[in-house]
Amino acid sequence: MFEKYDVIVVGAGHAGCEAAHSAATMGSKVLLITMNLQTIAQMSCNPAMGGVAKGQIVREIDALGGMSGIVSDETMIQFRMLNRSKGPAMWSPRCQSDRMEFAINWRDKLEKNQNVSFWQEMVTGLLIENNCVTGIKTSLGLEIKAKTVVLTNGTFLNGKIHIGEKNFGGGRTGESAAYGITEQLVELGFESGRMKTGTPPRVDGRTVNYQAMEEQKGDENPEKFSYTNTLPLKTQNSCWISYTNLAVHDELRKGFDKSPMFNGRIQGLGPRYCPSVEDKINRFADKDSHQIFLEPEGRTTIEMYVNGFSTSLPEDIQYAAIRKIPGFENIKMLRPGYAIEYDFFPPTQLKLTLETHLIKNLFFAGQINGTTGYEEAGAQGLMAGINAHRKAFEQEDFILKRDEAYIGVLIDDLVNKGTDEPYRMFTSRAEFRTILRQDNADIRLTPKGHEIGLASTERLENVSRKIENSDKLYKELEANKISPEDINPFLQENNSALIKEKASYYNLLKRPELNISILKSANDKISNIITAYQKDEIEQAEIKIKYEKYIEKELLLAQKLSKFDDLKINPDFDYENLKSISIEARQKLKKMKPITLGQASRISGVSPADISVIMLHLGR
Amino acid sequence: MNHQETICALATPQGIGALAIIRVSGNETFAIVNKIFKGPDLQKVAANTVHYGKIMDGEKMVDEVLISVFKSPKSFTKEDAVEISTHGSEYIVRYVLKLLIQKGCRMANPGEFTQRAFLNGQFDLAQAEAVADLISADSEASHQIAINQLRGGFSKKLAILREKLVHFASLVELELDFGEEDVEFADRDDLKALIDELQGELNPLIASFENGNAIKEGIPVAIIGAPNAGKSTLLNALLNEEKAIVTDIAGTTRDVIEDVVFIEGRKFRFIDTAGIRHTEDIIESMGIERSRKAMHSAKIVIFLFDNEQNKHFLDQLEKETTNADILWVQNKIDLNEAYVSDAEIKISAKNETGIESLKNSLLAKMKLQSSQDTTITNLRHYEHLLKANEALTEVLSGLALGVTGDFLAQDIRLSLHHLGEITGTITTEDLLANIFGKFCIGK
Repeated sequence: MFEKYDVIVVGAGHAGCEAAHSAATMGSKVLLITMNLQTIAQMSCNPAMGGVAKGQIVREIDALGGMSGIVSDETMIQFRMLNRSKGPAMWSPRCQSDRMEFAINWRDKLEKNQNVSFWQEMVTGLLIENNCVTGIKTSLGLEIKAKTVVLTNGTFLNGKIHIGEKNFGGGRTGESAAYGITEQLVELGFESGRMKTGTPPRVDGRTVNYQAMEEQKGDENPEKFSYTNTLPLKTQNSCWISYTNLAVHDELRKGFDKSPMFNGRIQGLGPRYCPSVEDKINRFADKDSHQIFLEPEGRTTIEMYVNGFSTSLPEDIQYAAIRKIPGFENIKMLRPGYAIEYDFFPPTQLKLTLETHLIKNLFFAGQINGTTGYEEAGAQGLMAGINAHRKAFEQEDFILKRDEAYIGVLIDDLVNKGTDEPYRMFTSRAEFRTILRQDNADIRLTPKGHEIGLASTERLENVSRKIENSDKLYKELEANKISPEDINPFLQENNSALIKEKASYYNLLKRPELNISILKSANDKISNIITAYQKDEIEQAEIKIKYEKYIEKELLLAQKLSKFDDLKINPDFDYENLKSISIEARQKLKKMKPITLGQASRISGVSPADISVIMLHLGR
Repeated sequence: MNHQETICALATPQGIGALAIIRVSGNETFAIVNKIFKGPDLQKVAANTVHYGKIMDGEKMVDEVLISVFKSPKSFTKEDAVEISTHGSEYIVRYVLKLLIQKGCRMANPGEFTQRAFLNGQFDLAQAEAVADLISADSEASHQIAINQLRGGFSKKLAILREKLVHFASLVELELDFGEEDVEFADRDDLKALIDELQGELNPLIASFENGNAIKEGIPVAIIGAPNAGKSTLLNALLNEEKAIVTDIAGTTRDVIEDVVFIEGRKFRFIDTAGIRHTEDIIESMGIERSRKAMHSAKIVIFLFDNEQNKHFLDQLEKETTNADILWVQNKIDLNEAYVSDAEIKISAKNETGIESLKNSLLAKMKLQSSQDTTITNLRHYEHLLKANEALTEVLSGLALGVTGDFLAQDIRLSLHHLGEITGTITTEDLLANIFGKFCIGK
């Protein structure tokens, strides 16, 4: 019934879909197994992709040849570029998605890939021979063989849902949890833990009083995620903003004694940056009001998502409290919010390829590694899929460095530092964020994606054009100079200091008060120079010129700080014989088997002195 | 492996010797040393040659030196390198290292020269084993030293600075990562005030090193008094040797003479000064100007007098002394038995009576000071404080230009990085913990 697959992917969420797609595109025979083929690529939490740091990740997935960007573009109903008023490294694309369209679109993408096969069933265990995974076992007792296996179980492993004092097994509301895998992995020697996350209630959009709320529209000229020729949005839906008040808080407090968060029924640690509303009013008691963000779930559905009101209080308390929010006085709830606890495996048990140290050819991606977010999950799925494929075909590891991609920061953080709470990406986690921008993800990553056979040649050609032409424009702006008498009236008009000698457009562009679209209106000549180029080329040249000082400084620092990342360590290096390193360092190094000196230096407990000693023992 | 940075360090043992050798290695070696060396252009001279010249701090000569030039790959580290032979004074060595750092060198980490030598293929693995043990021992020791140096106010002050900066950084990170949410941001004027405050604390720390640190270099003491009050005689009594010219003619001491006296193992640097009085003599008035300067750079000032008129004159100077502790000393008690003042110490410098009690008072003042004062004695600390401060200056100029938070954050992080090199590393976790602890974030 089953052929021997190259890669089996367990789970069809954001991680599983990217894993299956990338491995299959690169040439693997892939089997995607999920408990329910109707719920591929669900957005379990809010119907949105991207955001600060997360939008950059979606652009990176796209640049490497993943699908999250394209699927998002084809199913979005609103687009905003966040942080526009800040520097270009902070610009972050974000969209509201049509939840159902998003899932259908993803499934369609996978179905169009001849290398992807599907099977609907619960996976209950792994087939293991000599510490190497050889396939999976299902609830029907089937055994399916594969060279490599990627686990992307999300919140389903021993998932437990809490609403007030009620709790029941489940992976999402209305869906069963998965059992068996954790137990087997723990028996094999894996360490496991519990995490917690939550969602808010969904409400009936027909019962919202929008007059009482603030409207948030999409961008006037919406951009998009993918570097391919997907189309930008034409019509957009709005989101709505309201605020909680003391009356809301009072209602919520009435249920605190029944809150699984406060009475100790929930053991798992939840994310600090995505607290439940009860947690917010409890921890920040002096704050009288919290923002509520009402998001449409789609173009046609009446269902709406109450962002900011995540809760696991009893449903009657939720209902009473939510009706005190301005605009929600007559609201009908469609489903209550809930908290969910699930198993995860501390990611310090993984290599940088997301393969486990303990069991060969077994890869973990997504929430199973203690992360949160569709984007973080998709990125791991993509990387696990790539590496599972490459392992199956005996090719080299594919690893991104911290100064190359947010994806590199994500996996490096997880593997070397681990995480106690659901890990979400922030720009502040990236020490080189000035160079990890959403506008240059293709320049950074598409050549790599193409080299491994994931990004198409068309994508590569598009990047080459962008690089070549933006360089050309940069040089033209540098070479073309203008005399004071020709430009000073224009400068005066734009409140910019007058010049005394000839100046290049390059130098003028560096002024904070000027930008390329202002400069374009100075005269016909410069206008002609600039309009000969495409939008992305102009943007690239402009960023390079305006922020050159900061970008150069960051590149220099990256070069300096990442020099150890070029020094390879044999993973089987014998730390036992290193007398001069601390005992803690030796234990950690033995367990985590770093592959470069840079990675070793980021493991907590390994000191600079330890690094010097290892460096000397490395030989050359 | 391509080493970006040029490193420097003292290669001979710490302490007083006839000569000291400072080693510099890295790509920029010749360019950097050229900036402080008055002599042949080291870029152009042949490899394996020695050159005479002067180390200059701007127009000021620091020392006459010999520089041995090694060109890559024929050097210990296989990089471009020089060895600077200076005279064996701690003061000069520290001065030269300070200049090198200012011009772009970095202090070498323990064992770093050896490390580079190894990495560039100078040793085989067997030799490396021995070096490894040496380095870990070395780091341990230097770590201990560093810890010891973080005594008293220094570590406390830095911890406070760091906390303020972390808070500052989280405010900026907050508006970057959570700009879409309902959070309040710090206004830029507050940020500027905070940096001003930080720099107000960093600058004296940096200056404490530059002024020559009191513990290592000796506490500067100025003996101030009217001409012929017996300043040189007192100094001689403390020194027990004739160093300054002593005559009975008022105004013979025209140079500021520095001498070092150890009292119970503590180092004092005595600055003998020409008497202070109004004079028409140009040479002497220059001496007086210098005395005033000495008085201002001293940590302890001895006001020496032998009659009421002299004392009255010093009373007026008292308000000029703001930074130092004052010791009032009445001299010549053997001569003017009739004159009685309320000075806490009464001596006869000539007969060496009362000198012990003066020494005890000096010691007491010194102990009082070292418990209050924060001084930087470690060059590596100095280097990182300097860079932390530079980064803050960049933040200020960014604020003045109105650049966005992400670019401000770049320099704030750099500053934190350098402070972290002294107090322990700062991680993004610190920032995030601060953000989540203090602000309500999350939808």
